Amino acid sequence: MSTMQLDIVTPERKVYSEEVEMVIARAAEGDIGILPNHAPFVSPLKITAVKVKKGGEESLVAVSGGFIEVSENKVTILAETAELPDEIDVERAEAAKKRAEERLSDEQNEEINFKRAQIALQKAMIRLQVGKNR
Amino acid sequence: MAESMRDIKRRINSFQNMKQITKAFEMVSAAKLRRAQEQVESGRPYASKIREVIASVAAGTQGVQHPMLTSRTVKKTGYLVITSDRGLAGGFNGNLLRTLVKTVADRHQSKDEYVIFVIGRKGLEFLKRRDYPVIGEVTGLSDSPKFSDIKQIASQAVGMYADEAYDELVLLYNEFINPVTQRPVEHRLLPLVDLKGKKGDEGAKTFYEYEPTAEEVLAELLPRYAETLIYSALLESKASEHGARMSAMGSATDNASDLIGNLTLQYNRARQAAITQELAEIVGGASAQE
Repeated sequence: MSTMQLDIVTPERKVYSEEVEMVIARAAEGDIGILPNHAPFVSPLKITAVKVKKGGEESLVAVSGGFIEVSENKVTILAETAELPDEIDVERAEAAKKRAEERLSDEQNEEINFKRAQIALQKAMIRLQVGKNR
Repeated sequence: MAESMRDIKRRINSFQNMKQITKAFEMVSAAKLRRAQEQVESGRPYASKIREVIASVAAGTQGVQHPMLTSRTVKKTGYLVITSDRGLAGGFNGNLLRTLVKTVADRHQSKDEYVIFVIGRKGLEFLKRRDYPVIGEVTGLSDSPKFSDIKQIASQAVGMYADEAYDELVLLYNEFINPVTQRPVEHRLLPLVDLKGKKGDEGAKTFYEYEPTAEEVLAELLPRYAETLIYSALLESKASEHGARMSAMGSATDNASDLIGNLTLQYNRARQAAITQELAEIVGGASAQE
């Protein structure tokens, strides 16, 4: 089966760098699946769990604030944060989720705080999804 | 005999203590420097990739405009200064702040014409005491700062440019040249004018599909690129800081060794003088009894 190079990079380090068979992620306009030899492509990503297929096995990577770039059979995901399943602190994500939920249910909250809480909730949920999948 | 032997001995001891401390400090900084350099290295792929994509978007699509790519007439300037939290690093902060003060005095008539963002306690204290218009600050960063630590100040600085609160954003930090040399540099971060100007834009050879549109991708990427540049400047400044501290502590250790050497010589002279005197007294006493 043909493969392509996938790199997941954050400002701090290279999180992931492997030959893979398929990448599935949630882009700005909806979910996309990338197979080898895809046409050059750029899109921002939502806060998402990127699904990576390698050697018939699927694994997840939690990504936030990122975008995806595909060119010459290479996929690069640039993100503000990216975590592999075993790097995720499930308890911390659980606590973050709870905190965000509390803030969301508090109705007097201002617009900005509301948005911030929403984003925090999304991040926490993605982390939990990925973290429980190890 | 200028000083008694006991006094000299005491001074030697105190210098030895100092030397031990500066020596330890030097070694700690050397270790931290290595780590900081690694961090600078590992941050490179992200910055270069994002730059590549932006360059190709800018080159591949005609007539894409974005406020961050076009220069306006400069009426107000934003400065972002990166200093350290701790001292004992030689001229690290002093040189940088002097450069800032000089630049500001040369270019601006009044304090209404610029604003300053500052990272690091040393810079903050200095600027606050002299009543500079500081509008954003971050202090207490760890030795290996995370992107999230400065995300807020970076996006504030970039966002205020986008809102036209000022018309250019200038970064001031210590450039890392090698472990013993750092130099304050000034880097004009916004507008991003040099992106398109790079010769032979390599990105032009790939024509990407954009989702949703080229403009929106660009609007998403440019602020992020600017923030990344701020982060890499911070990492570089950290490496410079450790380098500066290492050489400052190294020369402090050398100075202590010199002083100890001189004092030991003095001590031995004093000791010899004391012995000679004692002998003279004994001889004198013996000859008096004959």
